[in-house]
Amino acid sequence: MDVRLINPFIDATLHVLETLASTKATPGKPYVKKDGVARGDVSGVIGLSGEARGTISVSFTEKCILAIVSKMFGDEIEELNDEIKDAVGEITNMISGQARQKLEKEGRSLKGAIPSVIVGKNHSISHITTQPIIAIPFSSELGDFTIEICIED
Amino acid sequence: MDMNINVLVVDDFATMRRIVKGVLKDLGFKNIIEADNGVSALKDLKTEDVGLILCDWNMPKMNGLELLKTVRSDEKFKDIPFIMVTAEGQKQNVVEAIKAGVSNYIVKPFTPETLKEKLEKVLG
Repeated sequence: MDVRLINPFIDATLHVLETLASTKATPGKPYVKKDGVARGDVSGVIGLSGEARGTISVSFTEKCILAIVSKMFGDEIEELNDEIKDAVGEITNMISGQARQKLEKEGRSLKGAIPSVIVGKNHSISHITTQPIIAIPFSSELGDFTIEICIED
Repeated sequence: MDMNINVLVVDDFATMRRIVKGVLKDLGFKNIIEADNGVSALKDLKTEDVGLILCDWNMPKMNGLELLKTVRSDEKFKDIPFIMVTAEGQKQNVVEAIKAGVSNYIVKPFTPETLKEKLEKVLG
C-alpha cells in the first residue's frame, strides 16, 4: 500500500475530533495489523471505491466514545446505545470525507460508501485482505482509539 | 435573519440532525423540522411552509443532490434557499451541487461559526 495514503487519514481524524468534540488527539506509530480483531469496543467501517478500492475503520474504546459523544452533545451518555452507534457512523463518514478531499488535491479521487457500525468486545473488522492493514493508534484526553486503513493501489 | 421561518434539516444520521438543530436553536431559530432522507423531506415540503433546507448528500432512498434537483424543478419550491451540509467536499461534488442550484455548501465537520456565516449569506 502506498504510504502517502496514510497521512490524509491521520490529519482527517485529528481535524474531525477537534472540530466535533474540541479534543486534541495524538497519533502513535503506525503498524501492520496481522489479525482481524478490533482494537476497540465500537467500530465504524466504510468502503472506498474509485481510483483505488479499500476500507477504513475507526475503533473506539467504550470509555473514549462515551466521552467524545457526551462532549459533542453536551449531555452525559453512559452506555453504548443507538445514539453512540449513529455518532460513530457519522464520525467515520466525516473522516473518510475529509481524507478523500485531501487525497483529491494530490490527484487521487475516491468515493465513500455509507458506513456500517459494529459494537461488542473483541469484534472483528473485515478489510480487503490482499493488502496489509495499517493500524494507527491514537491517544487523547478522552481515551484511546485506532484507525485502520487497507487500500489497494 | 428571520428566525421564525421553518427550517428543514435532512440527514440520515440522527447525530448530525441533533448537532445542526442545536446550533440553529442557539442562533434563535424556533421552528425546525427533521427528515432522514430526501423522500421524507419532500413529504414535509408538501405539508409545511419551509423557508430553508439544510441537507446532507449521502442518504438512502433519495440523496441530497436528487432532492436539490427535485426542489429546483418544482415551481412551488424552487426559490427555497438550499444549503448542502455534507462530508463530500471534493471539487466534483461542489461543482455538481452548484450546477444543480445549491445556495451554499458546508463541509462536515463544521463549527457553529461556519454554519452561522453561511446562514447569514443565504438568508441575509
